[in-house]
Amino acid sequence: MTSPFNFLAYEQPFFCEIMRIHDLKFLFFLLLFLVFLFTFSPAYPQNPVHLKAVDTPNDKGESITLALEGLSEDPAISEYEIWRATDMDENFQLVAKVSSKETTYIDTGVKDGIRYSYLLKYRKGADVLVSPITGPVISRGQWFHTQRVNVLLGVIISFIFILGFVRYAKKAKKLYIRPISGLQAIDDAIGRATEMGKPILYSAGLGKMDRVATMASMNILSSVAEKTAEYNTPLIFPNYDPVVMTTAQEVVKEACSRAGHPEAYHPDNIFFVTQSQFGYAAAVDGIMTRQLPATNMFLGTFEAEALILAETGNSIGAFQIAGTDSTIQLAFFIVACDYTLIGEELFVASGYLSQDKQVLGSIKGQDWLKVVIVFLILLGGVAGILGFNKIIEFFNVG
Amino acid sequence: MQRIIPIIVCFIFGAFMLVQFFVPHRVSVSAYQTVLDWMQIIFVFTLLVGVISYVKLSSKKITRTQSGWGYNLIGLAGLVVMVIFGFWKGTGERTPFLWMFNTIQAPMQSTMFSLLAFFVASAAYRGFRARSWEAGLLLLVAVIVMLGRVPLGSFISHWIPDSANWILNTPSMAAKRGLYIGIGLGTISTSLRIILGIERTYLGKK
Repeated sequence: MTSPFNFLAYEQPFFCEIMRIHDLKFLFFLLLFLVFLFTFSPAYPQNPVHLKAVDTPNDKGESITLALEGLSEDPAISEYEIWRATDMDENFQLVAKVSSKETTYIDTGVKDGIRYSYLLKYRKGADVLVSPITGPVISRGQWFHTQRVNVLLGVIISFIFILGFVRYAKKAKKLYIRPISGLQAIDDAIGRATEMGKPILYSAGLGKMDRVATMASMNILSSVAEKTAEYNTPLIFPNYDPVVMTTAQEVVKEACSRAGHPEAYHPDNIFFVTQSQFGYAAAVDGIMTRQLPATNMFLGTFEAEALILAETGNSIGAFQIAGTDSTIQLAFFIVACDYTLIGEELFVASGYLSQDKQVLGSIKGQDWLKVVIVFLILLGGVAGILGFNKIIEFFNVG
Repeated sequence: MQRIIPIIVCFIFGAFMLVQFFVPHRVSVSAYQTVLDWMQIIFVFTLLVGVISYVKLSSKKITRTQSGWGYNLIGLAGLVVMVIFGFWKGTGERTPFLWMFNTIQAPMQSTMFSLLAFFVASAAYRGFRARSWEAGLLLLVAVIVMLGRVPLGSFISHWIPDSANWILNTPSMAAKRGLYIGIGLGTISTSLRIILGIERTYLGKK
């Protein structure tokens, strides 16, 4: 069979002999190869350095993020210069110098609402090379953090559950909350102190009033103070924070009035000690060893002083109830105290002790939220196994 | 009014703190910073309340020579001397204030902190007594973790530090996360009750 290119053999025999083009397919692949070579050949250099400028997402404004692409680690290039210009003044000005290892640069020297353009300059030997101009880009502050949509969704779901159950609790006859031994023991602890004729020592630890654990502690204090007022048992409360002290004074005063024994309130028993962590521990230890309280209650935020207090209380033979939101200190309280409120038990104490229907409803809502979280954990596990990374990434907080 | 105003203030600031978490704009950031600054300012004034309480109580104990009044005398003297030297000579380098802080207060604090080592030993002894199979298991796990944290563990076998890491990273971490979830939900629930005025015990009212 005669090839359509056989004429080359007559007109250009040498070329045909070398290339041996006898087939249309071969020519097609040769053409493809040449296109490939033409596209990727270093003989046709592209400007390798490129700059991308965007308004920094989810920020307060006055910031533009620059992505530095194609920076060479060539030792001949010591640094790259970032230059910036505005629409009003088109003269580019040096903003910063970066090394080739940098991949992003955040320009915080900009103002909102102004159009900025950028370029990158660098020296290679005697040559000064310049990247293409990027922009214009305008910096603006955002009104919603888009990477926190998941948190917002979580908050909305939590609110729906908690408020839904609060509403339900108003109509419900009775809500069951599992017995919490640490809270049941409060009556025994107060009874013990009353029988022994010794005081009760209460501590909210190092937490300030902005800590939810301290708020929870104040709620428990209210119930404790009401009972101590009833039995006329002294309640000593050394404080680390003056605001907690004044709040505690108010809580105890009201509790005594509610118990019908306003005379049982002694403001001198709720006093400020110090703002020094170990100074506080020393003071409370001193009070314990001198006044030998029958019961110690450590409820609130505790740090390294937790074990010092709990062990001293243990050494004087006090009945001890503790509770904190610090998981590290929980272990110390568990070994040194008779009863420990673990984690969330501290927060449910006020509802448990007061049996307030609305508070109990919110605790029920909290319990159902746990069911939702367990379901989400299972969903995340299954998604991870099946490789649905989008589902897992959704739970990342920005 | 005495109760309604604090509840309204609590609602406004609670709601603001919640909203500002989702708003990165400069207006929100600057308002948040202003609130934090005011908290610092209020804190300084409340410290004055604390000092007044301390001075009043200590003075009362000293004048009535109540039990342990000597401690109050030393505490009060320390407070007065530090304040006098602080205002008189300043609080910078080579001042009596800093000298007293570094040579009296700091060593006393360190002494209290060092007590922790002994208390950890006594608490561990009580915690790890193998009175039941659960306590025995706890003791076994504790021994593995403790050995895995020191060079002796690696010297005996590489299984010990590996097991210790597995215990800390898997079962222990799972338990911790369970606690964190509970604490987180408890915090949300309590905060919501306080913001909406459902929980008012901290105001002295049930």
